[in-house]
Amino acid sequence: MSQVRVLVGTRKGAFILTSDGKRDKWAVSGPHFAGWEIYHLKGSPADPNRLYTSQTSGWFGQLIQRSDDGGANWAPVGNKFVYDGVPGTHQWYDGTPHPWEFKRVWHLEPSLTNPDTVYAGVEDAALFRSTDAGQTWHELSGLREHGTGPSWQPGAGGLCLHTILLDPTRPGRMFIAISAAGAFRSEDEGATWRPINQGLRSEYIPDPKAEVGHCVHRIAQHKSKPETLFMQKHWDVMRSDDAGDSWHEISGNLPTDFGFVIDVHAHQPETIYVVPIKSDQEHYPMEGKLRVYRSRSGGNEWEALTNGLPQSDCYVNVLRDAMAVDSLDSCGIYFGTTGGQVYASPDAGDHWTAIVRDLPAVLSVEVQTLS
Amino acid sequence: MIRVVLPPHLRTLSHTGSEVQLEVEGQPTLRSVLEALEARYPVLEGTIRDHVTRKRRPFLRFFACEEDLSHEAPDFALPAKVVSGDEPFIILGAIAGG
Repeated sequence: MSQVRVLVGTRKGAFILTSDGKRDKWAVSGPHFAGWEIYHLKGSPADPNRLYTSQTSGWFGQLIQRSDDGGANWAPVGNKFVYDGVPGTHQWYDGTPHPWEFKRVWHLEPSLTNPDTVYAGVEDAALFRSTDAGQTWHELSGLREHGTGPSWQPGAGGLCLHTILLDPTRPGRMFIAISAAGAFRSEDEGATWRPINQGLRSEYIPDPKAEVGHCVHRIAQHKSKPETLFMQKHWDVMRSDDAGDSWHEISGNLPTDFGFVIDVHAHQPETIYVVPIKSDQEHYPMEGKLRVYRSRSGGNEWEALTNGLPQSDCYVNVLRDAMAVDSLDSCGIYFGTTGGQVYASPDAGDHWTAIVRDLPAVLSVEVQTLS
Repeated sequence: MIRVVLPPHLRTLSHTGSEVQLEVEGQPTLRSVLEALEARYPVLEGTIRDHVTRKRRPFLRFFACEEDLSHEAPDFALPAKVVSGDEPFIILGAIAGG
């Protein structure tokens, strides 16, 4: 019997939600690491019982926790994130040079094949890798030092590296995204990098078509079509069919193209999901209606999915790491809100229910499909 | 013997009670007490002081004998009553966030 495990990071702890394949009854475990900000937790595709968690605090800094039994027990591992060499400066909000300073881990991406290898995307933006199950961390400094780093500038949430995609068909190819620098690609396991932002247009920077400076919120990829990438940018939903070499807009008939999350159906590489948010000034859904939008054509034509979602007086946000899909035959879609709800749809978005309603603000949602 | 009081989150993290007792060789200073604490409980490395700069995290405070020692130099000698164990060395999470 299949099982689904939903890993939820919140402002005040982590929660693990489990169900069988029907996905109609859920058990809630948590809070784990009560009172700490859990930016992200994710399981290893190579060993589903191996979980990694980013536990952080404005008071006590960064911790990384690891579980080897699916989240029943946890132990802290290495938390020393030190930039390679003399890190230099990036741009501050006011355009002045600002020293690179480690603040927190936004995203943990376990290797597709080795449960002891895991990547960490951090603020101030850099990529780290551990090959000893999180005990020690080493920066892949070719990203920060490839040339454009000194011109990177933080978005409102900080200069964060929040997205890491590992290409399942082309070993060594990786994609990352940084707010507000843009998207980058490596072909050699993170040793060297280049910006992949051609086609992006951002009116909030002096040159709207600049090589870097774009506030990319999230990138998604389907394993069967790895040359195709989908992007939710600060404004604009974008698509690339050449691994990021060029992008074109697919916002189409969306009511607003601002938002944070984007994800792809587990079995249909042209079926994608976003949650439109009114604007960067008003971080809540339009008209107080929480609507997921689905495109079955890879973008441009979108349909609102509302069945089971609040359609009045709803003013939550859905943050960039807070949507995920399972891989059961009937693909499940999941997202969490800043109001503490985690919604699930076991039928690809047609019907939604809240698994839980009153968690702390949700920062991240990941899903493991267990057999 | 130095008595150290940790904030609740660090007690949970280090699996300790409200107070930790440490033996510190020589004249105890802010630096030597923190090093002894981190040596006994490695999980606390990086949570009180930055890994690289060794500076106190901005939202933590060091109190002893009703004095704020947070801004003293690392080699500041701890008060005699802390060294004798009559008074604790308190690591406190500052009130922040409303």
